[in-house]
Order: sequence, then structure tokens, then C-alpha cells
Amino acid sequence: MNSASRILRALLPLALGIAVLLAWEAAVAAYDIPRFVLPAPSAIWLALVSDFPSLMASLWTTLRITLLAFMLAVASGVALAVLFSQSRMVEMALYPYAVVLQVTPVVAIAPLIIIWVGFERINLALLILAWLVAFFPILSNTTLGLRSADHNLIDLFRLHGASNWQILRRLRLPSALPYLLNGMKTAGGLALIGTVVAEYGAGSGTATGLAWRIIEAGNRLQIANMFAALFLLALLGVTIFFALALLEYLVLRHWHESAVAKDI
Amino acid sequence: MIAQLRRVERSFANGVKALGPLDLEIVGGEFLSLLGPSGCGKSTALRIIAELLVPTGGELIWPEGKPRIGFVFQDPTLMPWAIVRDNVRLPLDLEGVPRAEANARAESALARVGLTGFSAAFPRVLSGGMRMRVSIARALVARPRLLLMDEPFAALDEISRDALNEDLLRLWREDGLTIVFVTHSVYESTFLSTRILTLTPRPGRIASEIRPAAPQARNSEWRLTSEFAESARQVSLSLRNAMAKAA
Repeated sequence: MNSASRILRALLPLALGIAVLLAWEAAVAAYDIPRFVLPAPSAIWLALVSDFPSLMASLWTTLRITLLAFMLAVASGVALAVLFSQSRMVEMALYPYAVVLQVTPVVAIAPLIIIWVGFERINLALLILAWLVAFFPILSNTTLGLRSADHNLIDLFRLHGASNWQILRRLRLPSALPYLLNGMKTAGGLALIGTVVAEYGAGSGTATGLAWRIIEAGNRLQIANMFAALFLLALLGVTIFFALALLEYLVLRHWHESAVAKDI
Repeated sequence: MIAQLRRVERSFANGVKALGPLDLEIVGGEFLSLLGPSGCGKSTALRIIAELLVPTGGELIWPEGKPRIGFVFQDPTLMPWAIVRDNVRLPLDLEGVPRAEANARAESALARVGLTGFSAAFPRVLSGGMRMRVSIARALVARPRLLLMDEPFAALDEISRDALNEDLLRLWREDGLTIVFVTHSVYESTFLSTRILTLTPRPGRIASEIRPAAPQARNSEWRLTSEFAESARQVSLSLRNAMAKAA
């Protein structure tokens, strides 16, 4: 990709976004749309500025739970995938339950988890729920990656007397890295979604993250504040995704085809 | 004698026989080629010798004790995340050779296959022929007595293949290696081998044994001689007979 098309790739979505915002602002003014139906972008900006400190506090709450859930998902997903790779029996016994956890909607189990953990420890309940959502892509991708190690290389390791631990550390885990990093991109977004959905499940007055801000603003018909919180949520999601995409690129850029192509 | 295969057989899980019964003796210092059509069980035989596959019948014997074995696959089979030197060093790392010594031996092995200066490169930047050279350096770095090669040059262009054939002969002579080389190329086996065993189509059995009349110090010039053409013709005829026997 040459520099001109690179600039175009960055500018085009930006220009479209500005055009939409301008059209939105003009339409709200021209049709006199009430603020409680659709606030103008300028009103949303004002809400964001005036409510900035408390919105940031909520953002931090949501971000903290999201990151903790994500890290827990990575640690537990990789650990379980490694266990699966070492024992087919363990995989056969546990994998169906991992799938059950994955396919059960977090909204459906949120009330149960919140009751079990207790409203006084609501952040722990949110953490568990977000972890449940983020865990599976890490487990399934890493399991696939650990199994995808080159069989000839496994034979070569065995020929030279490698132990299972050496095969795992020096062959299976590096082979699984592209799969794990891809799973992390999915899990990062899911951890945020899981946190927000869990906050909704917890309801107003207990959790104090961005979802709570949205519920509260909705109840008061402060639609501009609602949009401001939504904007921050979207920004957070995009930031998490790009941070993980950058990590993937940095780790794989020397050797994996998916990242190497970006060098050219 | 380095190894002996006695009535060795290998069948698939569905009962179809892939190989054998195979009686084979590998003599120290020889360059033995197993020549046969695709699917005749040549690679299976090689993996049985490497003890990567267990025969379903017969036995593998090491009369002088199991030697150190090197293996070169059809694909270079390198670790893409590791630089060339770390790929070559792998057998030494697995055996617990100290890092400084392993690095020195890896660099030396790379020099022997003509890849000085490429030790810090990632495999992706190398050509197919260079990757195969890395694979050969990795097989040689642990100083094997027996080198098993499974159609290593089948995917290469003719120029790279001819160059690697000559380099392989040089390494074989320098190290006093015993090489078992699987191929389906009549010309390659004629050029490289001191002995060629042709195999029948599945289940692979030995159909004939040929000893090409190659000079000890053969090089690319020998390829152009009428003696080489005659040797290749004999090998080709043997292979044709092997196929006819099976039919």
C-alpha cells in the first residue's frame, strides 16, 4: 500500500463521520427534533464535557472489570487448553461443559450469579459474568492452535528425545500463538460486552459503570447523556480492539503471514 | 551393518497393507536410495527406521546399537517463529548442549551448507532451496551417523536440486555418513546412490537392487556422460519391471 492510499484509508472514514455529524446537526435544527428524542451532536458534546468527571469514573469502573475479566479469561483459557492438549480424557470430560457455558446467554444467568455473589460484592459478580463471556474464544482458539503444530516437527522433537514439556513449550505454544492472539481480539470485545450486559442485569443503583450511566440517563430522559456514555463505550471497545490488534502485529510481524503482509 | 529390517510390515487401521514384508540391511557408509512410485510405502519404511512408526509386523534390529539419527523431511519443516540459527540449534537444545557451544556448532553447520550470514534471518525470507539447506544443517548439527531423507528435494526447481545433490554428496563423503534417501526420481537416485532398491506399488516390497556404476568422486560432469545415461536407463528399466510385477 503506498502512502497516498494509506492517507486515503485514514481520511475517508473520518470525512464520512464529519459529514454525518454535520448532516445530523443540521437535520435536528431544521426539523426541530426534541432533545429527548434525538439530541444534536453539539448537545451530546456539551453533555460529555459537563458530565466528564463522573463519566470518567464510570468508564474506569467498566474498564477495570473488562480488563480483569479479559486477563482472567486469557489465563484460564490458555491453562485449560494446555490441559486439553496433554490429556484427551480431560478434554472429552470438560469440553461439553465449556460449550454449555458459552451458549448460555449471560443475561439469563446474570440474576443467578448476582444473587449467589451478593449485591454487596456486585463488581465480583460482574467480573464472573464478563469472564464467562470472554473465556470461550480463548479456550477454543488456543486448543485449535495447540493441535495445529506441524506433525513433522513433533516427530523431529520426538526423534531427538524431547519431553512432552519441551514439545509444549518450544513447539505447541509458539504454534498456538497466532490462534491465541486472534482469540484475544474476540475476547477483548466480548469482555466489554459481558461487563455491560452484566451491569444491565445488576440494574441501576448497584453497579456504577457506563451501563448504569445509560440506564440512569434513559430513566431521566437525558438522551444527550445517554449518547455521551454510549460514545465512550464505543470508544472503549474500539480502543481495546486496536490495542489487541497492535499486540498481535508486534508479536507476529517477523514470521506470521497475517502480520507480514502489513510490512509490504 | 547399521540396521536390519526383518519381514517388516505396516498396515493401516482399516487393515490395508501399506508396506512389506520388507527385508533390508543398511550397511555403514552407503548411500542407499529407496525408489518407487508415490504411495508405495517408502516414507513409511523411513519412519519405521527412525522409530517414529511402529511396524505392525516384523522387527527392526540395530546390530551395533542404535546410532544417532538425523531426519530431513520432504518440506523443510522449520519453526517459522525462530531465526535460522535457532532452527538449526534445535536438536542440540533438546539434548541440553550449552548455548554457546550449540550456537557455534549451528553456525558451523550453516557454513557447511553455504548459508554463512543467514543465521539471524527468519525462514520466511529464504528461498525454497535455502530453507532445505537449513533443514539439512539442522539434521547434521547433532553429528548423526545415519541420515534419513524423505524426498527432500522433490519440491525444488532443477537448478536448486542439482546443486543440493552435489552438496549432499560432499557432506556424505566428509562426514562418513550412512544415508537412506527416499525418492521417486530415477535420475536423482542414479546420481546419488551407491545402492538403489526399487519398491513395488502398495504394499511396497523390494523388487530389485541396483548398484549404479558411479565414480566415488562424482560431480555434475558425470551427469553428462553416457555412463550416467546408461545407469539411469538400467534403474528406469528396473523400476518399470517393479511396476509390471505388481500389475
